[in-house]
Amino acid sequence: MITVLYFARLKESLNYSTEEIDLPADVNSIAALKLHLAKRGEAWANLFNGKQTIRAAINHALVENDAVIKNGDEVAFFPPVTGG
Amino acid sequence: MTVRVQTEDFDVGAEINDLRRISPNIGAVVSFVGQVRDLNDGDNVAAMTLEHYPGMTEKSLAGIVEQAQGRWPIANVLVIHRVGELRPLDQIVLVLVASTHRKDAFAACEFIMDYLKTEAPFWKKEQTPDGERWVEAKDSDDQARSRWQQ
Repeated sequence: MITVLYFARLKESLNYSTEEIDLPADVNSIAALKLHLAKRGEAWANLFNGKQTIRAAINHALVENDAVIKNGDEVAFFPPVTGG
Repeated sequence: MTVRVQTEDFDVGAEINDLRRISPNIGAVVSFVGQVRDLNDGDNVAAMTLEHYPGMTEKSLAGIVEQAQGRWPIANVLVIHRVGELRPLDQIVLVLVASTHRKDAFAACEFIMDYLKTEAPFWKKEQTPDGERWVEAKDSDDQARSRWQQ
């Protein structure tokens, strides 16, 4: 089980900000999780089909697509940041 | 090092006084203040809302400051970033860097801002005459950060 958080434009598109996901055995990286989520339907496919830049964090650290996910992790997806 | 994420405004003068007085070894304090503009990408901005990722934001800012401390001899750093609803002329962000000599403080302050703009998890949503819109990240900010990696 992992916790997944969504921020900014993603949170608005999906209409919620957090969920628990039981990881299938073959979903063990950020790239694999994106593919897994993209299969959920149109709103998901639009976000996770690779056409938009979506950044990811695992346990509060920015990571790239090849980062490994394990049970208990907090994974977050969000658009490129725009603070400052 | 102090990192604060808050909805309240901040007093730049009071913060500088607190920072510079920690040591007579400090010869320079450099400050950067970010302020909300009333125009972005050609459209009037009436207000903006800043969202962030509580927990990660503080760690991200502290990590950026630690990287700066590894590159330059710095006596102290303060970073304050506001969240919530802000209007034109409101202060958004304050970075103060204190060091023995000014060159280190100038460089570290720029470094911290360049990394903050591209790594710290904040997102701005603007209210314009045409409605609300999320601010898009700028390539120029990525380029500003990448110059530190050369």
